[in-house]
Amino acid sequence: MDAFADTALFTLLVAMLGGAIRVSTPFMFVALGECLTEKSGRINLGLEGNLVLGAMIAYAISFHTGSPWTGVLAAGLSGLFLGAIHGYVCKLPRVNDIAVGIAMMAFGTGLAFYLGKPYIQPSAPRLEAIPLGEWTGIPSLAQALAINPLFFVGIALAVGMSWFFRNTRMGLVVRTTGDSAPAAKAMGVSVDLVRFLATAAGGFLAGVGGSFLSLSYPGSWNEGLSSGQGLMAVALVIFARWDPIRCVWAALLFGAAGAIGPAMQAIGVTQGFYFFNAAPYILTLLIMASSARSRFSGRDAPGELSIVK
Amino acid sequence: MAETAAAIPKSAPRARAAGPRLGPAAEVVCIVALALIASAILFSLFLLVIGASPITFFQLVWLGGFGTAFSFQNTLQRAAPLILTGLAFAIPARIGLTMIGAEGALVIGGFASAAIAIPLVTSGAPPVLTLAIMASAAMIAGGLWTALAGWLRHARGVNETISSLLLTYIAIAIMFFFVEGALRDPGSANRPSTLPIGRETMIGDIPGTSVHWGLLVGIALAGALWVLMSRTTFGFAARLTGGNPRAALAQGLPVGTLIVACAAIAGACAGLAGFFEVAAVHGQANAALVAGYGFTGILVAFLARQNPLAVVPVAILFGALAAAGGLVQRRMDLPDASVLVLQGIIFVVLLASETLYGRAKIFRPAEEGR
Repeated sequence: MDAFADTALFTLLVAMLGGAIRVSTPFMFVALGECLTEKSGRINLGLEGNLVLGAMIAYAISFHTGSPWTGVLAAGLSGLFLGAIHGYVCKLPRVNDIAVGIAMMAFGTGLAFYLGKPYIQPSAPRLEAIPLGEWTGIPSLAQALAINPLFFVGIALAVGMSWFFRNTRMGLVVRTTGDSAPAAKAMGVSVDLVRFLATAAGGFLAGVGGSFLSLSYPGSWNEGLSSGQGLMAVALVIFARWDPIRCVWAALLFGAAGAIGPAMQAIGVTQGFYFFNAAPYILTLLIMASSARSRFSGRDAPGELSIVK
Repeated sequence: MAETAAAIPKSAPRARAAGPRLGPAAEVVCIVALALIASAILFSLFLLVIGASPITFFQLVWLGGFGTAFSFQNTLQRAAPLILTGLAFAIPARIGLTMIGAEGALVIGGFASAAIAIPLVTSGAPPVLTLAIMASAAMIAGGLWTALAGWLRHARGVNETISSLLLTYIAIAIMFFFVEGALRDPGSANRPSTLPIGRETMIGDIPGTSVHWGLLVGIALAGALWVLMSRTTFGFAARLTGGNPRAALAQGLPVGTLIVACAAIAGACAGLAGFFEVAAVHGQANAALVAGYGFTGILVAFLARQNPLAVVPVAILFGALAAAGGLVQRRMDLPDASVLVLQGIIFVVLLASETLYGRAKIFRPAEEGR
């Protein structure tokens, strides 16, 4: 075991394991938020904006209050704010939800860059990770297994959301709204209200995902913090076929792809750093090309969704 | 396209043109103006909340964008790439594609033109030939880049909004991979770049101004694309496909070819913007190509309601906003991102204003009065 622990392969695998867990957490939250919104029959492409604004707000609040968890909550509220705007604007007749998503992405990142200027320098208290790997006695493995509590919150949320969709009346209402608005109306449900609430709640989750970026990994606020994770999460939800549990697995897969670049650096391969960094985007594109028109995807997609038509 | 022409009844475009056309046009102008005023009010409230003066802000935007000959030329300089990236969003939008990948096509086009220039410049080819090859390389690279998103849409049903954005990140990664690796000019120490194409190869300014030729090319292209989309069989087929893809298929239109062609035109426009950034502004490819022109172009196209001719004045408006950014930053001590906030507000309000169309009776043509 000790001999294996010294090999480059072991270092690479451990770095990828740790990286997958770290990188996947924001994916997980954004994907779960998007999953909730899409289940109600609306698409929100603007979660990238929620992610960036959430990261900035979490960092600023954590800096001022000294409590990172207050920062997480504030990030969620900022996401709720953006989600509510998206939900309200899309409720108006003749408004295209995909275009509004692009606009909200521009608005959210613009607001974050504007408000975030003073917070690029100072350092705020970060979320403490739970050391789960001390028993192994291998420092690199212990480091990889120091897992942020938000990761477990995300998994619990996925399980809870899956249960919510399957076993509760509210879950049924959301699913019906997403599959057939006329059927929901016949049930006496306000389609607009359900979609508004689902979009706002989805925005909240994406904001929490953003807080992980600034408070845990990479762990500081700057303008290059997120590069498309919010949009990749939308692709991830399609790949996961609108199932919260599958969203977790897909997030881990995307996390592993995102961890290839830093992991290769850890074993001293610096050549092609940018190429490895592009891996998650290429993976997303390939997955979408192979799954977008599959039989399963058509069966599981909410019927009202504009993006799969 | 011969079989397409036969499939479309000749009287169709004329029948649409027969009604009074002032009504809808006036409606567009009124609603867009209303959206801009509402955005200005919302942004003023935002400025008041953070304790800045909205009046000073808009005065400075006027001064920095149009106030002097110098600032107006700065505005036009910044408007040039915005015209091209605005067209890059507007053309696919007419066929029903929401493509946000102009930034990537601009980067890959600019990079391709800078890369192909390296052997030409070192071997001493004449500047005119070098520039022609560079421009072609940029248009081909950008065109192929977005055509891929169009093809994925048609052949595999991949959502083009997401795929075009993913391709943008891949394009940026490709550029950095080469610029910081194989194609890096050893002379560029602090800022990795490709080999400069040299002052004698670079495109000069329009005589008597400090505005590069990209502006005139952009305006000419906007006119040409307006003719293509509004006055040709190709444009009619594309708009028909955008309005109702199933009807277009039923009519026997080559929907796949049309989609890929419109996507490729978009990429070629954005690639051309990248070419001008390299050949007229920076002289080499580096991180400066990733300046957000592609993303502002989306907003330009939406404000122009996907009309190629309207893209030109709207691009100049946003060029002025960008040109004034520095002045606002210095005089009011506001971060340059305040322009991004204003753009975001305009964007959201503008899309929300879509809901107003068809509500006011005065804009309706008499025959259609329901």
